[in-house]
Amino acid sequence: MKKYDAIVIGAGHNGIANGAFLAKAGLNVLMVEKNDWIGGATVSRNLHEDWIYSNCSYVCSLLRPEVYRALDLAKYGLQVVPYGGSVTISQNGDYYASYVDGDASRREMMRHSHRDADAEHRFERDIMRQCRFIRQFLLRTAPDPASFKPRDLMELLHIGRKFWDLGEETIYDTMRFYTMSIAEFLDEYFESDLIKASHAGSGIIGSAMGVMSPGTAYVLLHHAMGDVDGTAGAWGFARGGMGAIAKAMHLCFEDHGGTTVSGSGVEQILVKNGKVTGVALENGDEYEADIVVSNMTLPRTFLECMDPKDLRPEFLEKCRNFKIRGSSGKINVALEGVPQFTALKGNTEIMRSDMHLIDSIERLERAYDDWKDGIWSRDPYIDMLIPSLTDPTMAPPGKHFMSLFIQYVPPKVRGKDWTDEDRDAFRDTVFNQIEEYAPGFKNLVAHAEVRTPRELENEVGLTEGNIFQGELTMDQLLFNRPIPGYAQYRGPVKGLWMCGSSNHPGGGVMAAPGANAAREILMDLKKPNTVPEGWADD
Amino acid sequence: MKTFNIDSPMHHKTKVFPSPFHSRQAEWNENKEWSRWYDYLSVPSYTDETMEYFAGRNTCGVFDITPMTKHLITGPDALPFMNRLVTRDVSKLKPGRVGYSVWCDDRGQVIDDGTIFHLQQGQYRLCSQEHQIDWLMINAHGFDVSIVEDTHDVAGLALQGPTSCAVLRKMNLPGIENLTPFGMASFDFEGTQLMISRTGFTGDLGYELWIDPDHAEVLWDRLFAAGELHGIRPMGSDALEMLRIEAGFIMAGADFAPALHTVRSKNTRSPFELGLDWLVDFKKPVFNGRQALLKEQQQGSRYALVKLDIEDNKAAEHSYVYDTRERNIGWVTSAMWSPSAKKNIALATVKRPHGKVDERMLVEIYYQRELAWSRKMAQAVVVEQPFWDPPRRRQTPPADW
Ligand SMILES: Cc1cc2nc3c(=O)[nH]c(=O)nc-3n(C[C@H](O)[C@H](O)[C@H](O)COP(=O)(O)OP(=O)(O)OC[C@H]3O[C@@H](n4cnc5c(N)ncnc54)[C@H](O)[C@@H]3O)c2cc1C
Repeated sequence: MKKYDAIVIGAGHNGIANGAFLAKAGLNVLMVEKNDWIGGATVSRNLHEDWIYSNCSYVCSLLRPEVYRALDLAKYGLQVVPYGGSVTISQNGDYYASYVDGDASRREMMRHSHRDADAEHRFERDIMRQCRFIRQFLLRTAPDPASFKPRDLMELLHIGRKFWDLGEETIYDTMRFYTMSIAEFLDEYFESDLIKASHAGSGIIGSAMGVMSPGTAYVLLHHAMGDVDGTAGAWGFARGGMGAIAKAMHLCFEDHGGTTVSGSGVEQILVKNGKVTGVALENGDEYEADIVVSNMTLPRTFLECMDPKDLRPEFLEKCRNFKIRGSSGKINVALEGVPQFTALKGNTEIMRSDMHLIDSIERLERAYDDWKDGIWSRDPYIDMLIPSLTDPTMAPPGKHFMSLFIQYVPPKVRGKDWTDEDRDAFRDTVFNQIEEYAPGFKNLVAHAEVRTPRELENEVGLTEGNIFQGELTMDQLLFNRPIPGYAQYRGPVKGLWMCGSSNHPGGGVMAAPGANAAREILMDLKKPNTVPEGWADD
Repeated sequence: MKTFNIDSPMHHKTKVFPSPFHSRQAEWNENKEWSRWYDYLSVPSYTDETMEYFAGRNTCGVFDITPMTKHLITGPDALPFMNRLVTRDVSKLKPGRVGYSVWCDDRGQVIDDGTIFHLQQGQYRLCSQEHQIDWLMINAHGFDVSIVEDTHDVAGLALQGPTSCAVLRKMNLPGIENLTPFGMASFDFEGTQLMISRTGFTGDLGYELWIDPDHAEVLWDRLFAAGELHGIRPMGSDALEMLRIEAGFIMAGADFAPALHTVRSKNTRSPFELGLDWLVDFKKPVFNGRQALLKEQQQGSRYALVKLDIEDNKAAEHSYVYDTRERNIGWVTSAMWSPSAKKNIALATVKRPHGKVDERMLVEIYYQRELAWSRKMAQAVVVEQPFWDPPRRRQTPPADW
């Protein structure tokens, strides 16, 4: 049997980035993917005629520009095209739009609240201060605060120094940011319900928390800390869908000699004498390596793909306690034309941006109440985009791909597994809501891919359907992600590594966990580093 | 005419509104170039910025200041409110007088600068560079005041230059020549009120004219008719920029970063660091930033804003500033060749203890001739007085040119 230098389990974008950096350093790497397509939650698939869907993730901002460059993703065909703004449509037939043009945006805010238009500066300043702080640590390994290794002490000191650099008020704010709810936070700036609602969405995306739950202010930061071409907080479309990112990384991986086997998942990570020796696949194939890197979620890796006898009970207990609650659904729709939103009154330009159908913090909180009751929100929060208005490769001319990201969708329906009937009813809830705002919408639907947490777990491997491979709450961030003592990508068994979003700095199409893990592996192997570190100031 | 309307959600189709003076500006705008100043179209230069600049120094120039942010502050607590907001003592500002001031956050960092018009007892107008309504409302808690931003309800023209008073006299505005610097007066004009203040951003004799937007065009017409024999001409923002640097006036966004917009908190400045010590009145028991500023006064400031007289004639834009041993001590914030002082001048930020009057410094100037770049370490000296400060600026009544 052929022995590899390293085996990466899972061809999610973090697994591929990890494999590509290792291959670049000269390692002979095998990547094992359970699906017969690659990308995990960073994927584009053709499921209906000439339409391409971004099946899971749909917009790009967090992808570290340093990784983009180091892996030469432009050369391998990746293009990220920025889009601007957002629009929040209210039930009373009005809307609030945010435009790329600063003056137009300010005036639009003035239409709703003169004061909010000005407060927006303060808000953006405070968000940017926090983002600039966090961004420094994305492409760095978190220190272990309980370790006395010089390296950890130095890194703690580094963080401390950056923290003091923030200046008095921002230091106070930082603590508040990590503990406050997005609703409370927005109250400190804005008075218009509609404006608050439009900002609040970023605080709950992918989280099993409500806008009034402590910790959601951070989730907003997590969505604001990215950039496109140095424009902080900007979002863009990957041309060809998000799968273009995974595809470009994978071409780089192959170009550096990496091998991929797909179509059968790892059943077990093999361990002998406290060391990993390789993996066994569901189809019976086995592969050997001294290094095994898991791109899977924390629970999937340790609770499903390992023999518990190979692990310490305390560690397993922590894996079981890892907060990874599903809260989101995704519907990808093939449309025969552009839906007409009554309230937009022909403002078609703004439809190229993020669209939301929400009025208030109150309505968002009610949507969360349903999740707690174990059902999908009857009046859900939808992050709605029509990428094909920008990207001509997603649908035939005149036809469109609509991406619907939905909060909240529970991992189980009132404690029972999802059924196909539940799934269809969930789809109807979402479509009915859109139809209210855009009469005739349903007639435009040619095909729809409906993904509840059940599909996200079964198809993509995201435990409970949590899109970030684990909640982004203070107790699970930085040196506590995924669990204290294991934040440096090293697993509890020699040779076992973790590179998925369950690890620092968390979920989103960022490629940082994959890159950071590769840097650590190469350091342990005493190989020259191929992985960028740090950040470029905005 | 009031041209600003955001009631229609389709406002974004235009991105920028014509000023109430637009029809007249368009006639004069030979360059056909427009820039944006917040909500309005503005003219960088009508024909030639140097000619327009010289109108401001030799005859008179007219600049549209409608886009400036304006607030109306009224109510029984208007004075205590203003006094808590700004650093200087507003109680000394009598009705009919105008005062320049800055206002700070709690850290004593400058949020913005602007002018306070004491319109009448219990009523002030605050003109600022940046939008301020959010900050003003935050400050209004506990005060019996009403605050509205009325930027779009007031059209404004700056008439600046040595013949400006003569032009206004021709317009039959009784007693205009008796207006002292920072004074203001109202006149009946074409069935409305025309408010004139002897203020400006050029450091010369000059006035600012305020009127409701429906009378903007007639004001322009009457002004230009009256000024025809006095060398009146419209001035663009490029010329104004030259005039204000010569006068040594600082500008938000150029010479300091407004505190409420500054992400990197170290980049803000206190009034002391901007050379505005004279605006800070510690005799007032409370005002925003007082504690921090007191502490700064005792412990020392981080920066000084200096006026530099630089050798040679190459404008020192975006230059680093060094001490005589070539150690970096700061950078230039505004710079130009001064056609009136015949000097190469700049405003610069330097680290303390640098910045004393007569201190010698070096300025690293990059300049381009026929595409080729050269670098020069130019000698510079810190000067105290503005580069341009003619007696006619204060003379009352002004000479009738
Ligand atoms: C619906 C949805 C919308 C999202 N929207 C956005 C967005 O717009 N922007 C954004 O930045 N982020 C978004 N995210 C988050 C982002 O997509 C994920 O955080 C990120 O893609 C996770 O990447 P990963 O490589 O860490 O893990 P994954 O993508 O989860 O990759 C794990 C891989 O492991 C494979 N695998 C699992 N088990 C096995 C096994 N036993 N053997 C072999 N292989 C296995 C899986 O098939 C998968 O390919 C979204 C996520 C979802 C689900």
